[in-house]
Amino acid sequence: MAQTLAPSKHMVVVGGGMVAQRLVEALRSRDTANTWRVTIFAEEPRSPYDRVALTSYFSARDPEDLSLGDPALWDDPQVTLIKDCKIDSIDRAAQQVTDRLGRVWDYDELVLATGSDAAVPPIPGADLPGVFVYRTIDDVAALRGWVEERRRSGKPVRGAVIGGGLLGLEAAGALKALDAQATVIQFGTHLMNAQIDLGGGEALKRLINAMGIAVRVSTGTKEIRASRRSGYVGRLDFTDGGRLDVDVVVLATGVRPRDELARAAELPVGERGGVVVDLSCHTEDPRIWAVGEVACIEGQCIGLVAPGYAMAEVVADRLLGGEATFPGADTATKLKLQGVDVASFGDAFARTEGAMELVYADPVAGVYKKLVLSDDARTLLGGVFVGDASAFAGLRPLTGRELTGDPGAYLLPEGSAPSPGADLPDDANVCSCNNVTAGTIRNAITAHGCTDLPSVKACTKAGTSCGSCLPLVKKIVTTELEKSGVEVSKALCEHFDLSRAQLFGAVRVTGLRTFSEIIARHGRGGRGCDICKPVIANILGSTGPEHVLAGEMAALQDTNDHVMANMQKDGSYSVVPRIAGGEITPEGLIAIGAVAKEFGLYTKITGGQRIDMFGARMDQLPAIWTKLVDAGFESGQAYGKSLRTVKSCVGSTWCRFGVQDSVGLAIELENRYRGLRSPHKIKLGVSGCARECAEARGKDVGVIATDKGWNVYVGGNGGFTPRHAQLLAEDLDTEALVRTIDRYLMYYVRTADRLQRTAPWMEEVEGGLEGVRQVVIEDSLGICADLDAAMASHVDTYQDEWKATLDDPEKLRRFGSFINAPEETDSSFAYVSERGQPRPATQAERESGTVLIAGTTLEVRS
Amino acid sequence: MTLDAAPHALPDADLLASGDRWLPVCALTDLAPERGAVALVDGVQVAVFRLADDTVHAVQQLDPFSGAYVMARGIVGTRGEVPTVASPMYKQVFDLRTGRCLETVGREPVNLSTWPVWVSGGTVYVDRTGGAGGAAAGDTADVAGAA
Repeated sequence: MAQTLAPSKHMVVVGGGMVAQRLVEALRSRDTANTWRVTIFAEEPRSPYDRVALTSYFSARDPEDLSLGDPALWDDPQVTLIKDCKIDSIDRAAQQVTDRLGRVWDYDELVLATGSDAAVPPIPGADLPGVFVYRTIDDVAALRGWVEERRRSGKPVRGAVIGGGLLGLEAAGALKALDAQATVIQFGTHLMNAQIDLGGGEALKRLINAMGIAVRVSTGTKEIRASRRSGYVGRLDFTDGGRLDVDVVVLATGVRPRDELARAAELPVGERGGVVVDLSCHTEDPRIWAVGEVACIEGQCIGLVAPGYAMAEVVADRLLGGEATFPGADTATKLKLQGVDVASFGDAFARTEGAMELVYADPVAGVYKKLVLSDDARTLLGGVFVGDASAFAGLRPLTGRELTGDPGAYLLPEGSAPSPGADLPDDANVCSCNNVTAGTIRNAITAHGCTDLPSVKACTKAGTSCGSCLPLVKKIVTTELEKSGVEVSKALCEHFDLSRAQLFGAVRVTGLRTFSEIIARHGRGGRGCDICKPVIANILGSTGPEHVLAGEMAALQDTNDHVMANMQKDGSYSVVPRIAGGEITPEGLIAIGAVAKEFGLYTKITGGQRIDMFGARMDQLPAIWTKLVDAGFESGQAYGKSLRTVKSCVGSTWCRFGVQDSVGLAIELENRYRGLRSPHKIKLGVSGCARECAEARGKDVGVIATDKGWNVYVGGNGGFTPRHAQLLAEDLDTEALVRTIDRYLMYYVRTADRLQRTAPWMEEVEGGLEGVRQVVIEDSLGICADLDAAMASHVDTYQDEWKATLDDPEKLRRFGSFINAPEETDSSFAYVSERGQPRPATQAERESGTVLIAGTTLEVRS
Repeated sequence: MTLDAAPHALPDADLLASGDRWLPVCALTDLAPERGAVALVDGVQVAVFRLADDTVHAVQQLDPFSGAYVMARGIVGTRGEVPTVASPMYKQVFDLRTGRCLETVGREPVNLSTWPVWVSGGTVYVDRTGGAGGAAAGDTADVAGAA
C-alpha cells in the first residue's frame, strides 16, 4: 500500500517563535497519516530559537546554541519554513494570506503565532541611538555591539535598564556581563512586582545590589536625553527630579501582542490587545486560530512560554480531530540570572479567599521564602522564593494538592529539609515548558527502557527548555531506576561496588599502587575483568608516574595501551607519533614517510592534525618506534584514554586575521597535558581569532583568541552527540588560561565516570557549568591548590612511553610473535592494494586468492 | 572437548620427553602472569595464558567473532570463580578452562577450542592432539570456518 497520499489540507502558521515550533512539532509527531501540510512564515531570518534562554547568547555568542528541538523537523517534506518573510495581510473570505513579497498563499487553517514585541514606552527620547529593547537575537547582538564599541574609549560604560521585571533583571545581568555599570529603574514599588510580593522584592533588591547592580524603585522616567556632543543617549531625567548619566539604555517595560494582522482582518481583540480566542484557541473565524503571547485567552495575554506550549498542543490535537481545551495557565516563573535565585508559582499574592501565608525571611543571608496555603493550611496554592529556590522545582508540581507533613519544613534553609519530589503523583506536571508529568518520566524508564537522565530527557523532552525542573527530573529518574532494579548503582563491575570516581578517591587516599592491593582492599574478590582492570590502570596512570607497562600494571592494560598502538579490525596496529599543535617540519614529514614506506604502512591524515600509519604487526612496533624516536618523535597516545591532540589554526604568526599565536599556545598545551591519563580521551583546540578555524568549540577544551587574551570553552564534543563547548572564562592571559585548564582537566579526571567524556560529565557534575566555574575559578571546594599540585606533578614526571620501552629489554619481550618460535612472523594478514596503498583484504578476496600483498612481511629490510 | 569432559592421566616423564604428544612451548617464567602469549602448535596459533596461581590454559588464538588472531592480547580476569579472557576486538568473554562463550555482546555464541596444558619442571607443555581423541584440530577448523 502506497504511503505517499497527497496531503489534503494546508495549515499556515504566521510567526516563527517557540510556540509555532511546538505546534508544528506536536502536529507532525501525531499526524502519522500526513493529513496536514504545514507552511510557517517567520519574520526573523532564522529558525525558531529558544527565546527564554536569550541571555545565554551573551556568553555563547552562537545562535545555534539557542536552537530548539530536533532540527530534523525542518527537513520534514510536509513542513516548509519560510524565514525572513512577514505576512502582510489576511483575506478571510478567500482563505488566503499575502506575504511581504506580494505572494499569495491559500490556507485551510490559519494559526496566528506572531507573539509579542517589546513595548516601547511613550517616553521622549526612546528612539535615540543607544536605546535598545531586549526581545530577539538581533536586539541582543546590537546591544552587545554597542557596549563593546563604547568600551573601547577605556571609560566605564554606564548602563540603565528601564523596567524591573524578569526581563529587566536579565538585561541588567547582561550589561554586567558586558562589563558595563547597570542601574535598574523600576516604576513599581519593588522588583518583579508581577510575580513576587513586597517582602520578596526587598530581599531580591539586596541580592541584586550585591551583584553590583543599582536599583531605583518607585521611579518614573520623564525623558531620555541625548548627549549634546555625540547625539547619542546621554542622560535619564526622572519624574522626581533625579537624573542619571548613561551611555546605554535597555527598555524592558513589557511586551505588546503582535495583533496588527488580526485587527486589520477585523478579528476581535482584547481590551489590552491580543486576538480573542476561546478555550479551544479558536478566534471568531472558525478557520483561524491564535496561540502563544498573541492570543487573548480567558481575557488576558500571557507572556510565558509554558501556556503558549499548552495552546500549541490544543490546536495540534484539534486539527487531528481531538477535543482538547486549554487547561489554564501555569504562570510559575523562575529568574534566569546567574547567582540570583528567584521563583514564584501559583497564587503568589495569596488572592484566594482565606489563603494563609507562611513566610521565612533571613535578611542576612538574603533569603525570603513564602508558601501560600489554603485556609486549612494543607493545600498548597503558591509560593515565592528569593535567594534560595531549591524547593521550587519540587513544590511547583504540588500546586493545588495537599502537602504531606509540616509545610514549614519546606521553608527551612537548603539542605536541612528533604526536598519533595520522588513521591510526586503520576499526574503532577514536572516540566511545564514541555508539559511532562511525573508519570511520563517514570514511564520512560519502565516502558521505554531509558536508563539514565540524558535518555529520559531525549525521550520525554522534560527539562530540555528552561531546565529549571532538571533537579526534580533527576530525582524522579534515580528513584524510579532504583525501584525497577535497573543499574542505578554506579558499581564498576562485579569486582567493585565503587564507581570510577569513588575508586579514584580511594586510590588517592590509601596510596595503594597495585591492582592486587586495590582489589583486596576495595573490591569484592576475584581477579578483575576487562572493565575494572583498565579503569584501575587508568587511575594509577592519572595519579602516579609509573610507566604503563610497569610491573603488574602491564596486565591491566587494554591491548592498545599494552602495546602502545591502536588495534585495527584484522589484528594489526596503527601508529601515531605526536605532532604537537599539528606543526611539523619537512624533515619530520620525510621521516614519517620513510618509516611508512619501509614497513609498507597505509598512511592517512587524522582529524587531529597528525599522521596515522596502519597495518603494523605487533612484532614490528619496536622497530618502527626505534626509527621514529631516532627522528625525534614521541608517542602520540592515540591508543590511550588520555590527551589526544591540541588542534590549532595557523594564528597570528601567518594569518592576516589572527590576533594571538594559536599554534604556539597549542604546542604549549599539548606538551603540558601529553600523556595525562583521563576517564576518556581528551581533545583540545586553539583558534587564533573568532573565526574559529580550529573548531575549538567542538573539543573538550576549546581556546579562542580575543584581542585581550583568551576565551576558554569547555565540554564540547564531536562524534555521536555533537555539542558546542560552553564559555567558562573570558579574556584570560596565558598564565591564567593554563591554570584554568589545569584545574578543569584535573577536576574532570577525578570526578568523571568510566568512559565519560567531558560533555556528559558537565551534565551530571554538581551545578553544571556554573558549579564547575565555582570549583575551578572561585575555588568553592578549596581543592584548587591540590588540583594544581596534581597537574604540576604530572608535568614534572612525564616521560615518553615509547622511548622508555625501547630502553627496557624486559618490556620489549611482549612484542614477540610466537613464544616458541620468535623468528616466525604471523602470516595471518592479507592485504590488497587500493589507490596505491595496502588495505586489509576482505573475506571474499582472501578466498579468491586475489591478495596482492601477503601481509606487511614484504618490507625491504637493510 | 574440555579438560572436564576428557580427563587425562598425568603424562609421565617419558611421554613428556618424547615430545610426540606434549609439545614444550616455553618456560613458565616466560609467561607474564594474567597475560597471554602465542605458541605455534603444529602451525596452529594457540593463545597461552598464565594465571595468578600459575595454572596455565590454552585456547585458540583466532577470535571467532572478528576473524583476527588476537585472543592472547585480551584481558584476563574472573567471572565468579571462572577464569576468563575477553576478546580485545569486540569484548566477548570466554571461560579459559572450557572455551565457552560467557558474554556474547549481542552475537550468537561461538566457543573457543582449548588445548590441555601441562606444567612440569618449570616448562609449559601443550597437548598437540588437542586432548584425548585428538578432537582439537577438527574443532579449531570448525570454529575458524564459522568465523
